[in-house]
Amino acid sequence: MPSDKIDIDYVAKLARLDLSEEEKQTFTAQLGDILGYVDKLSDVDVSGVEPMAHAFPLENVLDEDEPREPLTVVEALRNAPAQRDNQIVVPKVVEDA
Amino acid sequence: MEFKADIGLEVHVQLKTRSKMFTRAPYYYGAEPNTLTDPVVLALPGVLPVMNKEAVRKTVQLGLLCKCEIAERCKWDRKNYFYPDSPKNYQLSQFDQPICNGGEVEIEMLGASRNVMGEHRMVQLTRIHLEEDVGKLTHFANDSLVDYNRAGAPLCEIVTEPDMHNADEVFAFLTALRNNIVAAGLSDCDMEKGQMRCDANISVRPVGQEQLGTKVELKNMNTISGVRNAVAYEIKRQIHAVMSKEPITQQTRRWDPVTQVTSKMRDKEESHDYRYFPDPDLMPVAISAELKEELGKDLPELPFDRQRRYMAELDLPYTITSVLCPDRALAEFFEEALAATKGKGEPKAVANLIVNELLRELSSGEQEGSLPLAESKVTPAHIAELVVLTEEGVITKQIGKEVFIEMYQSGKMPSAIVEEKGLQAEQGDDGELEAIIREVAADPKHEKAIAQFKEGNKKAINSLIGPIMKATQGKADPRKIMELLAKVLG
Repeated sequence: MPSDKIDIDYVAKLARLDLSEEEKQTFTAQLGDILGYVDKLSDVDVSGVEPMAHAFPLENVLDEDEPREPLTVVEALRNAPAQRDNQIVVPKVVEDA
Repeated sequence: MEFKADIGLEVHVQLKTRSKMFTRAPYYYGAEPNTLTDPVVLALPGVLPVMNKEAVRKTVQLGLLCKCEIAERCKWDRKNYFYPDSPKNYQLSQFDQPICNGGEVEIEMLGASRNVMGEHRMVQLTRIHLEEDVGKLTHFANDSLVDYNRAGAPLCEIVTEPDMHNADEVFAFLTALRNNIVAAGLSDCDMEKGQMRCDANISVRPVGQEQLGTKVELKNMNTISGVRNAVAYEIKRQIHAVMSKEPITQQTRRWDPVTQVTSKMRDKEESHDYRYFPDPDLMPVAISAELKEELGKDLPELPFDRQRRYMAELDLPYTITSVLCPDRALAEFFEEALAATKGKGEPKAVANLIVNELLRELSSGEQEGSLPLAESKVTPAHIAELVVLTEEGVITKQIGKEVFIEMYQSGKMPSAIVEEKGLQAEQGDDGELEAIIREVAADPKHEKAIAQFKEGNKKAINSLIGPIMKATQGKADPRKIMELLAKVLG
């Protein structure tokens, strides 16, 4: 079973989710089912098939470098829970990307 | 114990495009906060990214400039992480199929003195990929503010091999890379504006040890000199740690430009798990041989190649070329001026006028930095005319300097200034000049020099030229003076 490989605490941490013990069990089982289903793909012999990044044989979907009108600050910040000096206020998190 | 340091860099360069990487919101430096956004930048529901053609073209050019292998086909991936600088919770980047693989950048190490060319060598690159920039956070005591203007701007990441071994090499690499990129017009590379940013991976090992030491990642270096200082400090710190038997753990450290030390940000265990996967919204990009050829044609001569050409073909000294060549605009200004002399001006005279007189004037009287060349009233035609007037003996070198100042201030052509002020060197009337020469030669203080001259020391006579020039108010042609002096003393 692929669910053996699921470290639910790690997955929850990466997703910034705080799960109860009960939820952990539920999600471990559900994630296991999903992985098990997707795992069926490994039954197909794909030796000699070139990997592709996309289902459609399309490439070079490119746009000319012509700037369009941006949103106004008011529009841009309309969904922000808190704002100051035309910027979005977030809890202090000193980290780097 | 002797140690060797191994340094690899990750350099981020913002490409000079008008709109963002995956949407057409405008991008430029210095806009008011959150005025350069659109639904894609803010990751509102239902939006789709569309790639900027110009950003792809400029990245291919960057790759060609660095002699990379350009991928025939490449794709984009999502780099997943949670941080408020990215509204989507992922950054669009390239994981296993970058646009450019390999490559190299020529660097010049410091020479024995400023007048001597330093050693040149190639620094090997690993790859260059194209991604989007993220928003900018400003931290306050109790919260942080987010500006999404920069989010989504096209960003190239240039990754080097651990191929540099001291802080000066790192400095030389960043300088050469910046000069090349700016010359090609791909980015302005202004580190203070965040257009070029650099992280360094540094490790040390005892000389003779094959395996690289444990690497430490260094962040937050905001100027090229800052990178040099940070790298030099970190190498010393690591050597000291090893000597004191302290283990070096894989970690990320932050450079503090105020205290000039590095301090630990986080350990390897806290490092990110980005869970890269191919972005389903973006189609792969194929780069044909024809496109590569077309883009290659637009690339300029690299500064070091130009420098070698100036030294070999124009016989210019290293010192002058090392000022002219790193700056493409200045080098092209020189070439235009030289061409405008129509073969009547010596390359060295043209270059000297630009490097000594023009650059001095451009940098004086400015609060910070210098006046951009393009804003100067002096054009290549001014320089060419002044050089020719001097070389043809219409005016003396001394007067030339006066004319230069006047034309720099007024923008008038040198010939007009000479005409207006009657600055022409005295021509024809040898009698008057000869009288002055006789007068100066009769001065007892020159007796010794004249005696030496007569004994065959030709150079001894040079001490008379200054006083004669002075007596003619700088208008005499030095060649005429020599000629008449020889006659008078003969």
